[in-house]
Amino acid sequence: MIWLAALLFVQHIDLRELPTVDKNPHTTPGDVALGQKLYLGRCAGCHGPAGDGGKGTNLAVSVLPRASTDLALYRVIRFGLPDTEMPAHNLTPREVWQISAFVRALGSAQSTTTSGDSHRGRELVRGKGGCLQCHVLDGEGGLMGPPLTDIGARRSPAFIRSKLLDPASDLSSQFHRPVQLKTRSGQKVSGIRINEDTWSIQVRDFSHNLHSFWKNELADFNVEERTLMPSYRDRLNSQELDDIASYLAGNRGAQ
Amino acid sequence: MRLLLGIALTLPLAAQVTHERILKSSTEPGNWLTYSGNYAGHRFSPLDQIHDRNVQNLKPVWVYQSGSLQKFETTPLVIDGVMYISEPPSHVTALDTRTGRPLWKYRRPMPDDVRVCCGQVNRGVAALGDLIYVGTIDAHLVALNAKTGAVIWDAVVANYKAGYSITVAPLAVKDKIVVGIAGGEYGVRGFLDAYDAKTGKRAWRFWTVPGPGEPGNDTWAGDSWKTGSAATWVTGAFDPDSNLIYWGTGNPGPDWNGDVRAGDNLYSDCLIAVDADSGKLRWHFQFTPHDIHDWDATEVPVLVDDEVRGKKRKLVLFPNRNAFYYVLDRITGEFLLGKPYAKQTWAKGLDDSGRPVRLPNTAPTLQGTPVWPAVAGANNWYSPTFSPRTGLLYVAVREAGSVYFIGEAEYVEGEQFNGGGFRSVPGEQEWGAVRAFAPATGELKWEHRLFSAPWAGLLSTAGNLIFGGTNEGQVYALQASTGKSLWRFQAGGAARSNPISYSTDGKQFIAMAMGNGLYVFALE
Repeated sequence: MIWLAALLFVQHIDLRELPTVDKNPHTTPGDVALGQKLYLGRCAGCHGPAGDGGKGTNLAVSVLPRASTDLALYRVIRFGLPDTEMPAHNLTPREVWQISAFVRALGSAQSTTTSGDSHRGRELVRGKGGCLQCHVLDGEGGLMGPPLTDIGARRSPAFIRSKLLDPASDLSSQFHRPVQLKTRSGQKVSGIRINEDTWSIQVRDFSHNLHSFWKNELADFNVEERTLMPSYRDRLNSQELDDIASYLAGNRGAQ
Repeated sequence: MRLLLGIALTLPLAAQVTHERILKSSTEPGNWLTYSGNYAGHRFSPLDQIHDRNVQNLKPVWVYQSGSLQKFETTPLVIDGVMYISEPPSHVTALDTRTGRPLWKYRRPMPDDVRVCCGQVNRGVAALGDLIYVGTIDAHLVALNAKTGAVIWDAVVANYKAGYSITVAPLAVKDKIVVGIAGGEYGVRGFLDAYDAKTGKRAWRFWTVPGPGEPGNDTWAGDSWKTGSAATWVTGAFDPDSNLIYWGTGNPGPDWNGDVRAGDNLYSDCLIAVDADSGKLRWHFQFTPHDIHDWDATEVPVLVDDEVRGKKRKLVLFPNRNAFYYVLDRITGEFLLGKPYAKQTWAKGLDDSGRPVRLPNTAPTLQGTPVWPAVAGANNWYSPTFSPRTGLLYVAVREAGSVYFIGEAEYVEGEQFNGGGFRSVPGEQEWGAVRAFAPATGELKWEHRLFSAPWAGLLSTAGNLIFGGTNEGQVYALQASTGKSLWRFQAGGAARSNPISYSTDGKQFIAMAMGNGLYVFALE
């Protein structure tokens, strides 16, 4: 009987705490400021003070895949995500909404729209930019660079524009780097590293063939401290960079 | 009925696990009776059927799939042909050691509003008498019948709604079950508890944050001791000669904002030595006074006897999360040696008493301060191993830095109390290594480089082998004397656990949780 009462009590709490609105009712600048304060105390430990990730996921993106609506974001913060390290948070509804407002502000700060024309950007990606020589988009393009099909779900126009200008910044986050290797039998392979661990490495060569080697089969291998992505600083003008960034940020994969 | 009879006949008659059996665990190498294999924290198996000349023939013989996607951090216990594992969040399963078939399961429903910083994990169970003990995410200690899994008693250790949880494997010592708590990111007041093994009645509690009037309370400004954390979430060691239990304590709360808790913040980031009968503090050693980088001293203490400057000493070895390797006298707590064993940029060194001499500009800031080691440290909760055969200590070392941020810290009961955060250092690639050290000097004997910073512990065996696991899914074996890579198996999931070894019917097995499965290996 006590158990039954406890169960009903728990359910009562849950029902009471489910928001009755779909849209965040607390989004004033004051709410965002209070949300930031709460965020820095409760969330930054995992997600980083700027929301760009640490142990937790990167929140400074325009679309949060598991919290695309206000209500979904509320539920993630309040009740956590099962089978992940995201815990429930015993906050008042107002506090949850205020944190939500700040998290959305993190994303919108990143998604600050450029003055780009995405129609022109589409042409530049396929023409002057030559992007599809290496990247796949809408089923066409090359295989050496990461696919751009859902780039907009992960990256803001500002980030895309900065990578067009300075693709070699923060190489540690770029796993797919050029690699040259030579086997003990004399075979030479150049390509892109697609995976690596302590004992093995997997490579896609420039003819798109896949190779996998145990490292003890190799006489030598070198993962270069560079990216094959060229800088477009001298190839495209400022407006063209904006156009491409604007177009690519609209590619968000399956919604 | 015939089936049941068959099982009863083929399984050896399980004898009771006594304190004396655990004390003499090396005399029954087929079993794994306590978290670290023995009380000294060695994680060493005297079995040598699998050795450095035949390990290349090691093959998986069974896999047990956990039903949870949470990290699977368990260290199995093996007692007379039965393996006892914990599974996330706080479940216990008994398995037949030869077939991997479950014999019973204890499944504990968990409230929706538990408080955990880092996943609903559990690192293993303890055994004493005919009971199995598990700490739970909702901060209970539960005793189960080892033959059936039936609950014998269920003790509330702490109020989970205040941020407490239990992830640690308890330690059975004499007639008590010693258990620590987690909650260092929730501003709890930490403690170490012991419970009567038969009844579940609390025998003693040592508060790891002293209250008013107690020694050490003056190392906390104002009321900051009330939310001082110093959690006790990794299993300690026991020395029967001195009757001392050695246990590491965690970060002070809040993690990265030290402004609100001026002082050394005892007994956070300490190794404490408490009397096994009374829980009274004999000595403590604080590795990181007034920690502002979240460098919990929650590593497994390793007890060895060795010569220091020509004199035989009873030592405790402690490769700390703060990237310094410490050697202490385990009877007195005297600092004997301390030196970096991984990249560190926060301290000029240690003074004669072992206290760090901090470098300027290493505190967390609003803009972020890059410091080595990373927030996860050069070492963490996972186990080191000491091999009496090689006389070496082996540690899975993390080589990484973090950018540390300070933030506001306002305490609300049951909510995270961090006061900042961290991120990876832009442009830096973390890596790892298994390193072998001479215990008393910390001299590096060899290194086996790992592709990424590990999250799994090590096992040494009398077969001149070291076993471990990688983030990329391999279980591996190295030659203990040289570090040479001898064997590996791709298990398809990251290692977040510690390996063990046991034998059944004269056959040696290696067991390690990988991904969401427990993998067991033997020679073909």
